[in-house]
Amino acid sequence: MSVFNQSRSRIIRLIFLVAFAVIIVQLFYLQVIEGKYRQLAMDNAVFQKIIYPERGIIYDRKGKAILNNTLIFDLLVTPAEVKNIDTLEFCRLMKMDIAEFKKRILEARIKNTSVRPSIFEDLLTPEQQARFEENSWQFPGFAMVERPVRSYPFNAAAHILGYISEVNPKQIEASGNFYRMGDYKGQNGLESYYENVLMGQRGVQYLIKDNKNRLVGQYEKGAFDTAAIAGRGLKTYIDIELQQLAEKLMTNKVGGLVAIDPKTGGILAMVSGPNFNPNDLTGPDKSKNYSKMVLDVTGPMLNRAIGGKYEPGSTFKPLGALIALDEGLITPAYGFPCGGRYTLCGHGKPACTHAGGGHAANLRNAIAYSCNSYFTHLYRMAADNPKYKNVRDGYMKWREYMNLFGLGVRLGIDLPNESAGGVPDTSVYDKENAGRWTSCTNLTLGIGQDKMQTTPLQMANAMAIIANRGYYYSPHFVRQIEDETADDTTWMNKFRTKHDVLTHITDTAFTAVIEGMNDVVKFGTARVAQIPGIDVCAKTGTAETYTVLDNRRIKLPNNSMFVAFAPKDNPKIAIAVFVQNAGFGATWGGPITRILIEKYLNDTIQKKSEADVERISKANLMPAYFKRLQYKTDSVRAMEWFQKTKDSSYLERFTMEEIEPVSPIKRETPTGSQKENKKAVAMLPDEKYFRKPRTVKIA
Amino acid sequence: MSQRNPAISKGIDWSLVWIYLLLVTIGLTAIFAATYKEGEPLVRSFLAFKTDYSKQFYFFGIGAVLALFILLTDSKFFSATANLGYALGIFMLLLVFPFHSNIKGTESIIKFGSFNFQPAEFCKIFVALALAKYLSRPETDFTKVRSQLIAAGIALFPAALTLLQSETGLALVFFSFFLVMYREGLPSIILLIGFAIAALIVASIVVEPNTLAIALTAIAAFIVYIFRRQIKRDRGIFITIVFIWALCVGIQRFAVPFIFKNVLQRHQVERIYDLFGKDNPYVEQGQGETMTAAELKKKKESGSSYNVRQSKIAIGSGRVWGKGILNATQTRYDFVPEQRTDFIFCTVGEGFGFAGSIVLLGLYLILLFRIVTIAERQRSTFSRCYAYGVAAVFFFHIAINVAMTVGLAPVIGIPLPFISYGGTSLLTFTIMLFILIRLDADRQMVLR
Repeated sequence: MSVFNQSRSRIIRLIFLVAFAVIIVQLFYLQVIEGKYRQLAMDNAVFQKIIYPERGIIYDRKGKAILNNTLIFDLLVTPAEVKNIDTLEFCRLMKMDIAEFKKRILEARIKNTSVRPSIFEDLLTPEQQARFEENSWQFPGFAMVERPVRSYPFNAAAHILGYISEVNPKQIEASGNFYRMGDYKGQNGLESYYENVLMGQRGVQYLIKDNKNRLVGQYEKGAFDTAAIAGRGLKTYIDIELQQLAEKLMTNKVGGLVAIDPKTGGILAMVSGPNFNPNDLTGPDKSKNYSKMVLDVTGPMLNRAIGGKYEPGSTFKPLGALIALDEGLITPAYGFPCGGRYTLCGHGKPACTHAGGGHAANLRNAIAYSCNSYFTHLYRMAADNPKYKNVRDGYMKWREYMNLFGLGVRLGIDLPNESAGGVPDTSVYDKENAGRWTSCTNLTLGIGQDKMQTTPLQMANAMAIIANRGYYYSPHFVRQIEDETADDTTWMNKFRTKHDVLTHITDTAFTAVIEGMNDVVKFGTARVAQIPGIDVCAKTGTAETYTVLDNRRIKLPNNSMFVAFAPKDNPKIAIAVFVQNAGFGATWGGPITRILIEKYLNDTIQKKSEADVERISKANLMPAYFKRLQYKTDSVRAMEWFQKTKDSSYLERFTMEEIEPVSPIKRETPTGSQKENKKAVAMLPDEKYFRKPRTVKIA
Repeated sequence: MSQRNPAISKGIDWSLVWIYLLLVTIGLTAIFAATYKEGEPLVRSFLAFKTDYSKQFYFFGIGAVLALFILLTDSKFFSATANLGYALGIFMLLLVFPFHSNIKGTESIIKFGSFNFQPAEFCKIFVALALAKYLSRPETDFTKVRSQLIAAGIALFPAALTLLQSETGLALVFFSFFLVMYREGLPSIILLIGFAIAALIVASIVVEPNTLAIALTAIAAFIVYIFRRQIKRDRGIFITIVFIWALCVGIQRFAVPFIFKNVLQRHQVERIYDLFGKDNPYVEQGQGETMTAAELKKKKESGSSYNVRQSKIAIGSGRVWGKGILNATQTRYDFVPEQRTDFIFCTVGEGFGFAGSIVLLGLYLILLFRIVTIAERQRSTFSRCYAYGVAAVFFFHIAINVAMTVGLAPVIGIPLPFISYGGTSLLTFTIMLFILIRLDADRQMVLR
C-alpha cells in the first residue's frame, strides 16, 4: 500500500468540498434568499386572463334600457391553421381583395406568430357576421370571438350617458395601476361618473402557457381563479321620449337645454347642441367618428348644458326681484317710473323695450313686461343697501344670494366637467376700475349681463328653486343604483338631501314673482308658451353676442333664452333653454319649452305644436361663421402637421382650394360670444388622445 | 441484496451500487418530469421506447447488463487491455472525422443505425485505464518531468482530438486527470500555477485591461519592496519577480485577447462573457454596427444567456421545497432549452427545491468521497489511479454541469452523471463505475 502522497487525498477531498460548497451557496441564494424567481417563472408560464364583467345597464324613468350591452364579433385568425381554404370565396364573402387578405395574414404572423390567434378583422358588421357564420366550416383557422359593446337603443342622450374607451397611460397611472392596458373605462357622462358601479368586478383566470405562449391548460385547476361580478345598473329620472323630442328640437342648433323635476332634482332631459348619435362611438367606425368630432370647431362633444357659459339676460330678473324682496328693499307693490331708459346713472343705459304706460308700476308688471330699468334699479338698491357699509359689502351680500340660487357655483351634478359659471367677486371690479367703482359700474348685472355667466343647468335649477319656493335638490340623473348598498346610499345622499337655501323668503314674495312669471305667459313676452289647461310660469331672455374673427369684432345675432316651470301650482317641471345666435328668447326657446312641457305633463302634444316640432327641428341655426373658423383651424393644424412631419398631403387641400372667406359683417353669419367659442375648442381632448383602431389582446 | 451469489458479489462495495441505483432513479424521474405530456399512458409509454424517459429506462437496462458482465470479468483483464483500449479509443475518435453525422452543432457523433454514438464520451474510460496503467508501471518514476509529460500527453491527446470535433466541454473533461497525477506526486506548484493562470484570465475578463496592468505592476512593486533585503543579497529574486510580472501582463494584455479573438469560437467567447454579465468586446466592428438594438436583444434572448437565465428562473422558482414533480412550469413547458440533457438539474431544482438539490448534491458528494476512500484502500497502484480517475471525471462533470445551470460556469455542454438524458453518457458512467467496483472487489490482489 502506497502511503506516498497519501495526504494529498485530503486535499482532493477538500477541493471537492469547496466546489460543492460554492454551488450550494449559489443555490441557497437563488432558491431561498432571492425571491424574484418565482414571480419570473409565474410571468413566464402563467397567463392571467382577465374576465370582463358585463357593464351595468342604464334605465330611464319608465324602466326602459337606454344604455345596454350587445355583442359584436371580431374575426380571429390563427395563420398556422389556415390550410386549403378557398381564398377567393373567403374574399368574396368578406368583401376584400386577395392582396389585402394576404397582407393581413402576414401582419398577423408578424405581430403574434403563426400559432397564436390574432385579430383579422375587428367589429364585424352584422352582414359580415352572418355571412361568415354560414360558411365558417369552410375556413379552418378562422374563428369569431364575441366582444361586448355598449349600445344606445334610442340613439339618444349622448352627452348624458357618455361613452367608454380604452384607458390611456395617464389614467392607468392615476388609478394606481388598477386599470391595465386595453381596459375600457367610462370616459364621459354617467359612464364616467358611475364607473365604479357600472364596471362591476373583474375576474381573473390563470392559464398555463408554454414557451411559445400557447395556452396549455388551467393553472392549479383554477384554484386561484376569481369570477367576474357583473356591473350594477342605474335607474335614472331621464324620460327618454322627452329626451328624444328635445334632441329633435335642438337639431342644428348651438346651445343647451335642461329639464328638471323640481320635487326631486331629477333631470328629465338634457340636450347640448350640436348633438351626435352615441352609437357613433361604439361601432366599427368609432375611431373615425371620434376624430371627426374632436376636430369639429362646433364642439359636438362639449356638453353645453353644463359646460356652456351664457349671460342669462332677462331670465335672471325673477331672481333679482326675490333678492330685493328678501332684503326688504321693495314690496311687491313697488313701482319704478321707467321712461324707456334707465337714467339714474347719468348715461341713460340700459334702454327698455317699453316706455311709460305703467309697465313697471308694480313687480308683477315689471316682470311681465321685463322692464330693464326696474331690475337695474333693484340691483343698485341691493348693492347700495344702507344695511351694509359700502358697495363692496352690498355687492358681496348680493353675490351670496347668487350663490344660494346656485349661480357662480357648481351644483354637483352627477356628470364630469360641470362648469361653475361666473359671478365675480369684488376683486375683479377693483382691478378693472382701479378700486373705484359704484353700483353704476356694473348696473347691468341687474338684467343678467355684465360679468354674470350661467349654464343652462344653473338656470333650470334656479327655476326649480322658485317653483319650490326656496329649496332644491342637487340636479342629478340617477334615482337609484341597482342593489344599492349602504355605502352607495351614503354616497348618493348628496343628491337626496334637500337644500333649504332660500326658504326664508316669504311666501308673499314668491307668490308675487311666480304670478309675475305667469303673467309673462299670459300677456307678456312669453305668450308663445301658453298651453291650454296648464298654468305655465316663464321668463324670456335675449343677450347680445359678439365674436372676433379675422381680427374684426362682429356682432352676432342674439342668444335666445327661455326659462319656465309648470304647472304654477304644484310644479312638476322646470326648464331652461338656451339657443345661441337665434334671436329673441320667445322665438325659439319659447316654443321648444312649450312643446316639452306639453309632452311631459300631457304625454301628448297639440296639433299646433306638432307643426312647430317639424318647423323647429328643420330650422338650421348653426352660425355661419363656424365654417370660416373650421377652415382656419384645419389649415393651422395642417400647417403644424406639415412642420412636424414634412407631410404636405393635408396642407395641399388648403393651398389649392380657394375658399371664400365669410364676410364678418354679414348679419346672416352669427354666433355666440367669442369667449364661449374659444372655450368650446379648448375643452376638446388633446390631439394625442386620438386613438388608433383598437387591437385586442387575445390569449 | 443478500450474498446469494458469492462468486460475483464477494468484495463488492454495495454502497456504490446503491448510490448508483438511487441516482439513476432520480435521473429517470427528472427526465420523466421534463418530458411527460399530460395524458400519456404511464406504463405503456415507459415500455414503448418512444419517449425520452422510456429510452433512458432501456439504456439503464443495457447498463445493468453491462455492469453484470463487468462484475463477471476478471479484474486483471482491465489492466491487461488498458493500452489496447486506449488505442481503440483514439481510433474511434479518429473515425469520427470521416464518418460524423450532421447533428446540431457538433461533429463528434457517429450514427449507428438509429443510435447516436459519441466516442469522445466513451474515451474517458480508456484514458482513465491507460493513465492508471502508465502510472502503475514499475519502471515509471513519476518524479521525473519526462514521465509527467507522458502522463499529461496520455490525458490530453484525446482532448485535442475532441476539441477538433467542436466539443470544448468534453475536451475540458480530460483536464480533470491532472487530479490523478496530482495524487501520484505531480508537484503542487503546477496546480497552483494552473489556478493562478485561471485567476489571471478571469481577472482580465472582468477588469479593464489597463487597470489590471497597473494593479499587477503595483503588486509586483509591493513584493519587491517586501523582499528588498533579500534582493540586495540576491539579484536573482528580483529578476524572477520581474519575469513573473512580465509574464502576467503579457498573458493579460496579449495572450487572452489573442485566444479570444483567434482560437475560441465566437459563441464560446460570448458564453464566457455572459457569465460575468459582460458583452463580448471582441466582436468585429462592422458586424456590431449593423445590428440594431432589437436584433441584439433577440440574439441575447436566444443565446446561451437566455438558457442560463431561464435555468436560474427555474431553479430559483423552486424555492425551499420545490413545486412538486409535475407542477414545475419552467421545465415542463420548454422554457429551458436542452432540458433533458445538459440542463436536467433545473428539473430537480424547480421540482424539489433547495431541499431536493441539497439531497442530490449530498448524494454526489458521498459518491465522490466514497470513491476517494476506496481509492486509498487499494493495494494496487493501478486500481488507485483508476479510482482517482473516476472520481476526477465525475467531479468535473458534476461541478461544471451544476455550476453552469446556476450561472457560475460558462455554458459548456457536458452531462450530469447518471441523471442527464443520453445513452452514451449513461453507459459510459455506468461502465466506469462498475469497473471500479470490480477492481475494488479484488483489492486484496496486487495488480500491475
